Amino acid sequence: MLGLLWLVPAVPFAGALVLILAGARLRRTGVAVVGAGSVGVSAIIAALIAIRFVTLPPAEGFFTQRLWTWIRVGGFAPEIALRLDALSLVMVLVVTGVGFLIHLYSTAFMEGDDGYSRFFAYMNLFVGMMLVLLLADDLLLLYLGWEGVGLCSYLLIGFWYRDPVNANAGRKAFIVTRVGDTAMAVGLFLLVTRLGTLDIQGLMQRAVDQWAIGSPLAVAVAALLLAGAVGKSAQLPLQTWLPDAMAGPTPVSALIHAATMVTAGVYLIARTHVLFTLAPSVQLAVAIIGAATLLLAGCSALTQHDIKRVLAYSTISQIGYMFLALGVGAWSAAIFHFMTHAFFKALLFLAAGVVIARMDDEHDMFKMGGLRHDLPVAFWTFLAGAASLAALPLVTAGFYSKDLILVETWSSVLGGPWLWIAGLVGAFLTSIYAFRMVFLTFFGTLQKPPTGRSGWRLHVPLIILAILAVVGGFVELPATLGDRPYFSDFLHAALPAVVNDAARAGAIARLQIVAGLVSIAGIYVAWALFLRHRSLLARLTRPRPARQLHHFWAAGWGFDWLYNVVLVQPFLWFVDVDRRDAIDRVYDGIAWSARAGWRALSATETGRVRTYATGLTLGAIVITAIVIFL
Amino acid sequence: MAAVPMTHVLMVAAAIFGLGLVGVLVRRNIIFVLMSIEVMLNAAGLAFVAAGARWQQADGQVMFLFILAMAAAEVAVGLTLVLQIHRRFGTVDADAMSRLRG
Repeated sequence: MLGLLWLVPAVPFAGALVLILAGARLRRTGVAVVGAGSVGVSAIIAALIAIRFVTLPPAEGFFTQRLWTWIRVGGFAPEIALRLDALSLVMVLVVTGVGFLIHLYSTAFMEGDDGYSRFFAYMNLFVGMMLVLLLADDLLLLYLGWEGVGLCSYLLIGFWYRDPVNANAGRKAFIVTRVGDTAMAVGLFLLVTRLGTLDIQGLMQRAVDQWAIGSPLAVAVAALLLAGAVGKSAQLPLQTWLPDAMAGPTPVSALIHAATMVTAGVYLIARTHVLFTLAPSVQLAVAIIGAATLLLAGCSALTQHDIKRVLAYSTISQIGYMFLALGVGAWSAAIFHFMTHAFFKALLFLAAGVVIARMDDEHDMFKMGGLRHDLPVAFWTFLAGAASLAALPLVTAGFYSKDLILVETWSSVLGGPWLWIAGLVGAFLTSIYAFRMVFLTFFGTLQKPPTGRSGWRLHVPLIILAILAVVGGFVELPATLGDRPYFSDFLHAALPAVVNDAARAGAIARLQIVAGLVSIAGIYVAWALFLRHRSLLARLTRPRPARQLHHFWAAGWGFDWLYNVVLVQPFLWFVDVDRRDAIDRVYDGIAWSARAGWRALSATETGRVRTYATGLTLGAIVITAIVIFL
Repeated sequence: MAAVPMTHVLMVAAAIFGLGLVGVLVRRNIIFVLMSIEVMLNAAGLAFVAAGARWQQADGQVMFLFILAMAAAEVAVGLTLVLQIHRRFGTVDADAMSRLRG
């Protein structure tokens, strides 16, 4: 059974290939069957493999499938090999499962689009690349998947490329993540020159053997890998591409945010956690980046009008939580939050997609309102997702994962009260903006009645994801609530447990009560400001500093402006200057003389037979003269 | 029979060739161009015959027969083309047909 592992990425690739080659000739049903079916088959195979893996675990705790040797240069022989352990299994299950639901949803959502088969070809390729990234046993293969995911995100964000805004958003995503990718490539070069291999397990072993904790090389490598992860996962300071990535179709946003792409950075850090353990300063940087990002993005999410942009900032913020968890060494808490986040964020995006489609492509929440009776399925599922995002205590998956992160941030030797407070403030912001969306969209007075209707293919994924967003957290019950840490126990085969500070480990119950109260308080504030006392909100935002702060947050803390002034404009200026440099004169001259020669030669072609005859005669005379006189 | 000096024959041949050449280059009527080419061919034939007489070889006369046959074929093809040109363009002016101008 485990031998079928290669099929998990291969089936989506095959689907993409079929759609690229024959997509134009297939009918819509055919495209839908191939597009959604390939990911579905992949999900079924992954589930079967998971059952086999859990019931009959391999002796070493992992399973490796070597397919072939990629290249062999000197001592460097990276292999195309897949590795299945607890970490990659969880990720693969989420990617294929949530990915399939998103594909199923897309078959109905993209129904009227001209690029139907193109869309599914890209989506399948995206899932396939993500699976390569997750299953790679070698950092080079992982990097292939990493770049492939970047390419597909570019293709899908700019899917409606006829509008230049969308094409630019795709380009921005590609270029900004490229900054991180370059750093990561440099990190890989450093690893391969210093340690001689890119095989992950061998690499970790050699790193532990050769490098002391905090040695400069370990710090450099970990920092470079972190830069790559920051780019892909849209963390500070490379987070600017993600809000613009909303230009793509809504299922693409769901796929990028929930299952693939942005979580790649989290996975990379978890996968190479040994290197980060060797570089404590970088690991602290991971935690600080996570904490800062979750606060910044939370503030920005509060001020957006576009429902998809709120969700985008919320993704940045939630990935910030995962980084915070990774930074304090709570590896499995980060993966747990990744899983619950995949459920509720995919759900929120897909439900928002239904709302937007039924409101004739209206994104502005302030122009919606009162939709809960007209769109009951979207309302109830969105409510489940928002509650999970806001970490409503006890009944939602988001509570269990976020609570685990907060508790371990407090108690870990690498964490502490400051990071915990940042996480708590972030949780407060999260529940405000989550329920701001709910109240503005579904409550209040009906501003505009929805049009059209949505079929079962839109609703089924919503309902399944809503159930998962509620019950998905019960796989890991904290010590105070039953003590059933199945998820962490399963992951501990691949990831070490968090190291707790004995002095701070005792106060778990109190922390949980505080976190729960903060979440409920956030919902109350959202209710008060955005539903009950709208005049209070107006009074709050009337003073000049408040308005300016609102603008500043709405523009994402001015990062776009800053990068535009510091990087883009000088670069454009330089390009403009460079365009007229002296070296170009040489090539301009060559082009000019070629053109002049062409003009002179074409003038001799008069089209008249007599001219040609004269030419022949003169040529004959010259040749005869040469023969006679020389 | 008094032998005609070789040089005289060649000079006549050269003169006829030159006349033909000038005709080809100067005339615009395509029929005259064809006739001028015939004149040039005959000049070349005369030179061959003179050379054959000079070295007492039959080759020169054989070559002339070849040229004759070739000229007949060339005239057949050439006149057909002229007919076609006249039919299509309504003129026999060679300069009017300059659609291959660069």
